Amino acid sequence: MDINYTPEERAFRDEVRGFLNDKLPADISRKVKEHKRLGKEDTIRWQKILNEQGWLALHWPKEHGGTGWSPIQKHIFEEECAEAGAPTVLPFGVNMVAPVIIKFGTQEQKDHYLPRILRSDDWWCQGYSEPGAGSDLAGLKTRAVRDGDHYIVNGQKTWTTLGQHANMIFCLVRTDPDAKKQEGISFLLIDMEKSEGITVRPLITLDGEHEVNEVFFDDVKVPVENLVGEENKGWTCAKYLLTFERTGIAGVGSSKAALAHLKQVAREQQVNGKPLIEEPHFRARLADVEMELMSLEMTNLRTVAAAEAGGVPGAESSFLKIMGTELRQEITDLFRRAAGPHALPFLPEELEGDFEGPYVGPEFAASVASRYFNFRKLSIFGGSNEIQKNIISKMILGL
Amino acid sequence: MDFKLNDEQRMLEETVGRLVRDTYTFDARNKILESEQGFSADMWNQFAELGLLGVPFSEEAGGFNGGGPELMVVAEGFGRGLVVEPYLATVVLSGTLIDKLGNDAQKEQWVAAIIGGETRFALAAYEPQGRYDHTVVDTSAKKDGDGYVLSGEKAVVLHGDSADQLVVIARTAGSAGDRDGLSAFIVPADADGVTRKGYATIDGLRAAEITLSNVKVGGDALLGEEGKAIDALEATLDLGLITLCAEAAGAMEVACDQTLDYIKERQQFGVPIGKFQALQHRMVEMRMELEKVRSITMLAACSLDAPADLRKKRISAAKAQVGKSGRKVAEEAIQLFGGMGMMEETPVSHYAKRIVMIDHWFGDREYHLGILETLIDVDDHAA
Repeated sequence: MDINYTPEERAFRDEVRGFLNDKLPADISRKVKEHKRLGKEDTIRWQKILNEQGWLALHWPKEHGGTGWSPIQKHIFEEECAEAGAPTVLPFGVNMVAPVIIKFGTQEQKDHYLPRILRSDDWWCQGYSEPGAGSDLAGLKTRAVRDGDHYIVNGQKTWTTLGQHANMIFCLVRTDPDAKKQEGISFLLIDMEKSEGITVRPLITLDGEHEVNEVFFDDVKVPVENLVGEENKGWTCAKYLLTFERTGIAGVGSSKAALAHLKQVAREQQVNGKPLIEEPHFRARLADVEMELMSLEMTNLRTVAAAEAGGVPGAESSFLKIMGTELRQEITDLFRRAAGPHALPFLPEELEGDFEGPYVGPEFAASVASRYFNFRKLSIFGGSNEIQKNIISKMILGL
Repeated sequence: MDFKLNDEQRMLEETVGRLVRDTYTFDARNKILESEQGFSADMWNQFAELGLLGVPFSEEAGGFNGGGPELMVVAEGFGRGLVVEPYLATVVLSGTLIDKLGNDAQKEQWVAAIIGGETRFALAAYEPQGRYDHTVVDTSAKKDGDGYVLSGEKAVVLHGDSADQLVVIARTAGSAGDRDGLSAFIVPADADGVTRKGYATIDGLRAAEITLSNVKVGGDALLGEEGKAIDALEATLDLGLITLCAEAAGAMEVACDQTLDYIKERQQFGVPIGKFQALQHRMVEMRMELEKVRSITMLAACSLDAPADLRKKRISAAKAQVGKSGRKVAEEAIQLFGGMGMMEETPVSHYAKRIVMIDHWFGDREYHLGILETLIDVDDHAA
């Protein structure tokens, strides 16, 4: 038993650090670290830099232009990126639709889409949830009817993250309404720019941000060659995607960065003439978070090491999702408290990267309340934490 | 990075596992609890024969040369069986302190006697006013010719009631709370002036309140340099904490398993109660807390060679996590068992008691979070 990285793993970490040091644009990492809004251009600029290095497609096999990295290498990379303030890679193309195309797609689909994803030519979004199909995803109703060389798609998707920027959407659609729930679903790729009949409408979340959308399909013609896998076998693709290895699901790197920032803030903020970090209640909660983070990090590393040894993470991903999201939410709660009354002023312009001040309160306080509310999403999306508990009940408890 | 046990560790795990499975049944344990000593001398001899009493000692001394992970493996196994023998008191707390501080003659005499199972020890460190703080020592050791005279009171001394020998922490200089001036002495438990009030603890162990009044010991009773015991004492207590955390992990695992079996079996409303989502989610939460404790115990067990501040930070974090997660697992186990969880005849109730009360040995959640608070700026990169 040895919790330290091997010399090879340390050398790899140094290589990643060197790259981030040289290539991560300072203006972008500043926005990430200070919780400013990131634009589409920021994300694409960073993805192009990663791709130039050959480090964008973390989970793809080498033959398709992926890194071919081991689970530990991926873990190290994600940790270092979080610490350096690198933006999150948009997952929908590179980490979600691409693995499905690699696994189930035709050669033509691979040849067409994979290079475009690597070059960030397409901005993908995900068409899964519907107003009536959230946790019960297989209850989806968006209909695709075969008409010669096309499917005609009608229906509505919702919670479509960053769909306002997207030109491509991958959708689960119902192709056989008479089959059992999961058995009549297909996986379709839809061009949002070229297709007629698609409407994207913003959904404004409780923090005032435009992050998610609803997408309406009105007699949208989709060529049959955009079907991935077999017709009515889309649920297999969806399940593959949902269980697809997600080393970063615990968010340890971002929690560590956030906690370090929180401590910094708590040293600077004064309460009764003393630093907030010396205030007993706040300090006790900080220590509790630190303890939980240590436990989470080791649990994550155990899972990564098991994957390295060839294990397939099953219920562990669900454990990590629950623990990780609860901790990230707890940290945003502490940030909100650290700001005191200055968590109240709601000035969205202060979150723009080019805002030059003056800030109403301390600079860090500008984003804390909205981030706290925004982060409520963590325990809801990607399979709500309650659904994760159902999965664990079934998978390892046999209940 | 590697979380697998090596061959020797696996062998240890199997040895302890087999012993506990085959001989440490619930009924056998109940008989041991009812015995006068509160533990089984026969079991102790088996520990000796299997080499378990030598785990943390060097090979030259006849030991296994084990470190944190080896102790963790043994203690987890003991935790699964709620083993009540004085392993922690004798081997981990007293034995390793003698090994760290003692001269060759002392080590030759006492470490060998511990490994062979001939002598049982208790560490008399904490005092009534000090709660969990091992520096709050008023017990005095005054120079007397070549030897010392010891006077003072020691509280809740684990297995102090049955020990043959005591390792007494006494003050040769300074005052309560000082780190300097603490010395360790070996005192025969039947020495003149030692009175012991022994009792059972609610988690199945035994302990004693010990009074020392003008207890005379020779100069050869002193372990190490006079007044300089603190670093070795803290390193020893850290080993004790790792042992307790691992024991908690083992006991929590069994509590989870027994609870899972029960909710699959117990029928209400015509179905096993494990069909109810409210109970399923609680069961999942129990398992999640167990995983956290396992993880952070590994971190603690692998940190003995880390710089002192980092080692303390991780070990206190582990003990605090055990306090928090252990309570949750124990309370939920009783809750999911319903009325049966309240019964003495139900094994899980004994696990619950041990898991909860581990928090009261050598510092509870608040105490160790307090230590963690003082170390909050110590950089912790796990790898």
